[in-house]
Amino acid sequence: MSASGGEFEVVIGLEVHAHLRTKSKLFSPAPILYGAEPNHSVHPVCLALPGVLPVLNEYAVELAIRASIAMNCEVHQRSIFARKNYFYPDLPKGYQISQYEEPLATGGWIDIPTQGAGGAANKKRIRLTRIHMEEDAGKSIHDDAIAGADSTLVDLNRAGVPLVEIVSEPDIRSAEEATDYLRAVRSILRFTDVSDADMEKGHLRCDVNVSLRPRGSDEYGTRTELKNLNSFRFIEEAVRAEIERQTEVLRAGGEVRQCTLAYDPQSGRTSVLRIKEDADDYRYFPDPDLIPMLLTPEQIERVRSELPELAEQRAERFQSEWDLSEQDAVQLTAAPSIANFFQAAAKQHGAPKVVANWILRDVMQALNELELALDDSPFSPEGLAKLIRMVDEGKTTVKSARGLVAELVESGGDPEALIAERGLAAVSDSGVLEQAVAEVLAENPENVELYRSGEKKVVNFLMGQVMRKTQGKADPAAVREILARELGK
Amino acid sequence: MARINRSEVERVASLARLSLSEEEADRLVREFESFLGYIDTLQEIDTAGVVPTAHPISLPTPTRPDEPEAAMDADRAVANAPEAAASAFLVPKVIDTEAEG
Repeated sequence: MSASGGEFEVVIGLEVHAHLRTKSKLFSPAPILYGAEPNHSVHPVCLALPGVLPVLNEYAVELAIRASIAMNCEVHQRSIFARKNYFYPDLPKGYQISQYEEPLATGGWIDIPTQGAGGAANKKRIRLTRIHMEEDAGKSIHDDAIAGADSTLVDLNRAGVPLVEIVSEPDIRSAEEATDYLRAVRSILRFTDVSDADMEKGHLRCDVNVSLRPRGSDEYGTRTELKNLNSFRFIEEAVRAEIERQTEVLRAGGEVRQCTLAYDPQSGRTSVLRIKEDADDYRYFPDPDLIPMLLTPEQIERVRSELPELAEQRAERFQSEWDLSEQDAVQLTAAPSIANFFQAAAKQHGAPKVVANWILRDVMQALNELELALDDSPFSPEGLAKLIRMVDEGKTTVKSARGLVAELVESGGDPEALIAERGLAAVSDSGVLEQAVAEVLAENPENVELYRSGEKKVVNFLMGQVMRKTQGKADPAAVREILARELGK
Repeated sequence: MARINRSEVERVASLARLSLSEEEADRLVREFESFLGYIDTLQEIDTAGVVPTAHPISLPTPTRPDEPEAAMDADRAVANAPEAAASAFLVPKVIDTEAEG
């Protein structure tokens, strides 16, 4: 069935976990090192050794407040850390420190793009229930080669990494809206520098609650929870598969059971991980090791006043200040790395629209072909501005400059030196150009004739021939001038 | 009026991964019941307008700056583990890949 048609309405809520961009863990001074060998970024607190006590990381609190404000939540001056009790090998304390009854923030909303009537761009508001702080658990690694077939490896590097959990209201109505919502969350987290929010690296994880109800009904059906989905594609596929599964169950007159599901991308099906018997399995209680977190109104207001510009505000500014089209502005704010690069290059160069074209056309293409993120590229905004300026000043041709973008994106370097080294400087030596023009005119008498009889357009063909003769290095303005003069004779 | 029965005690014990003997379970039924009696006494106090106490100590939140220290030596981290391999703790096979997060 399709998500929008059919006799059932789809009801979806998301719980998004995002790692906060801190250098140390939430309650311990252990460093956060992604990709470290197992247990190489731990501290006695992460291991729950006897006698250790948690001490709150103040910057993690600031980032969580920032995320809450950016997502329009009410930030509470008092919140409580609670113990969520469960047993699992990657949870050394036997509980996770989280927030339960009094979370950091409640309410709030995120607007997502949606197609309005007649395909018009529109916005849909997804309400948030709450945002709370918690620590991450460690990782279980299944590797028979090292652990043997009967054992699992436990790595506690991730144990204690600070997270915010962002819980939405069940306002989402399709798999596409679920991923649009998650993209909007990711954009806010990135533009506010709260989180790198890279799903591949596990900075951003998502659980999706899905239920169906007869169209027109106000009551919610029994929901199931899809756990640990780690890519946008899997989320969309898993939600579609689960909608299909529940539809079949309900059509056959059955009942959906409350359970946790895993999605298998290979088979494209969801399967039950465990049946949920009881919502109160976790026996939350206030952590006696941590006193309530008290924030001052000044502290909250300071974070609010320092909130970085979000993607939407940046895109609006690019349109109003720099006269970019809406489409270009939206593309240039797809990630903060692109927006920052554009902004810096545009300021250096002075013609934002020209710079925007170079980025959207050549730089993006090079990044795609190299499968590189702009953050990982050594190419600097100054480098791009310089390259474009050399074209502006006739020191090299557009063609030569474009040919260098991929190399600059991959390896960096000084465009001016590269142009000199490759012999790509524009030929503006009038002797050389006069010679090339004379040769082209001699080789194409019929076109010269056509031009003189009024077919002025053939000048473009002749231009092309001159450029070819000079391997694209001729300064086009100079060639045009010489051609006009010679043909006018 | 008994509010706590054997099955309730067994449920709580299983959540806490405790195995109880018959005698222990019977004793805990009685003890839990008497705790609830004490709670009933507390319930008689008028707490309207009182903020729930999450901690008896009232202090500004103690925090630390976000400054990482050196990680502890990985060999020391797993030194107390009954079994370890490749600097990881070795535990009996887990089926469910990640329970929570």
